[in-house]
Amino acid sequence: MADEHNTVEHVADAAEHAVDMAHGAEAGGAAMPQLDPTTFSNQIFWLLVTLVVIYLLLSKIALPRIAAVLAERSGTITNDLAAAEELKAKAVAAEEAYNKALADARSEAARIVDETKAEIQSQLNAELAKADDEIAAKTAEGEKAIAAIRDNALSSVTDVATETAAALVAALGGQADDKAIAAAVAAQMKG
Amino acid sequence: MGITDVATEAHGEGTGLVFHPLDQFKVTPLFGDGPVHWYTITNATLWMALAVLAIVAMFVIGSRGRAIVPSRGQSIAELFYGFVYKMVEDITGHDGVKYFPYIFSLFCFIFFANFLGLLPLSFSPTSHIAVTAVLGFGVFIIVTMIGFVKNGIGFLGMFWLKDAPLALRPIIAIIEVISYFVRPVSHSIRLAGNITAGHAMIKVFAGFAAIAAVAPVSVVAIAAVYGLEVLVAGIQAYVFTILTCIYLKDALHPAH
Repeated sequence: MADEHNTVEHVADAAEHAVDMAHGAEAGGAAMPQLDPTTFSNQIFWLLVTLVVIYLLLSKIALPRIAAVLAERSGTITNDLAAAEELKAKAVAAEEAYNKALADARSEAARIVDETKAEIQSQLNAELAKADDEIAAKTAEGEKAIAAIRDNALSSVTDVATETAAALVAALGGQADDKAIAAAVAAQMKG
Repeated sequence: MGITDVATEAHGEGTGLVFHPLDQFKVTPLFGDGPVHWYTITNATLWMALAVLAIVAMFVIGSRGRAIVPSRGQSIAELFYGFVYKMVEDITGHDGVKYFPYIFSLFCFIFFANFLGLLPLSFSPTSHIAVTAVLGFGVFIIVTMIGFVKNGIGFLGMFWLKDAPLALRPIIAIIEVISYFVRPVSHSIRLAGNITAGHAMIKVFAGFAAIAAVAPVSVVAIAAVYGLEVLVAGIQAYVFTILTCIYLKDALHPAH
């Protein structure tokens, strides 16, 4: 130690001094506090105390506690996942039931629609047939009336024509022959 | 001690440029100035105790609620638990899970000691080879004992590779034995070395900050190295733990 002390030279230049210092430190390897054996027993003793305390604290208190928490958490997560899986299955089942109900309702509705359509169609057909009948009857009636009116009109035309023809013949100074006039009128009417 | 003297002299000269990057690793009594006995309460004791407090706060108080939907603190505790548990289970298999509390304790101690060591003016217990050697050799001894208890003398079959050519087997066995015994050394030096190097580097850069012209570069460098150290703090805890798992796997299943 004393030797080292002597190796230190008094130099003015700061940088040189620094280099010397570094040399001093390197040369005096024994000066490393790590290699000073007088402190070994102290450090080893306190290290062993420290390690034993740490080991006891961790292995008796902290580690079992953390292990328990982690186990509990993984258990909880597993349970929650299982519950979630179950709920999901329920949801799927509910959706299926809903879809089935929907499909049933659709087919039921379609059936009702078809039935109603058929019913309405048959009613419609019946009404149509009835209306057709009525119309046919009315038509026949009308035609009959028209025929009657036409016959009437025809006979009236014959009468008027005969009378007119007789009047014309008389006006022309002829002698009206009823039979001849009727025949002439009938011939005209036919043509 | 040499360094302290050097530092004092440097101060005395008033040059302003002071390097004592290793002072932060000194183990000193917390109360008074006496010698460091094995039972003395030192700064190492203090920072180990703070690591214990941090672990209590995070894992004991944090998990107090035992909530199915965790609070923030409980989430972090569960995150750590799950991270290390998965590591142990993936590497060592199902029969390694019963050593999980031990591995988790190691991981937590290293993790919190590393991160608390990143606080300014703090002390990093994991920067000391005495500490990491106890951790590393502890793993080595426990794992070796497990190996012999579980497999009996068959545990030595780990060094006798059946799928190697017969002529090479003795040589490979020697190499395997040497590498097996080097494990705890590399295991512990890796951790202490990483933490020490990073902390010392920050101190060196901080020393350069005394020169006004270099100070901005120095500050940026400190920030960068600090960022790197945050990574290293986590990664070294991870590496230590995963190597412990791998060694444990070798002990449980020596036939690979």
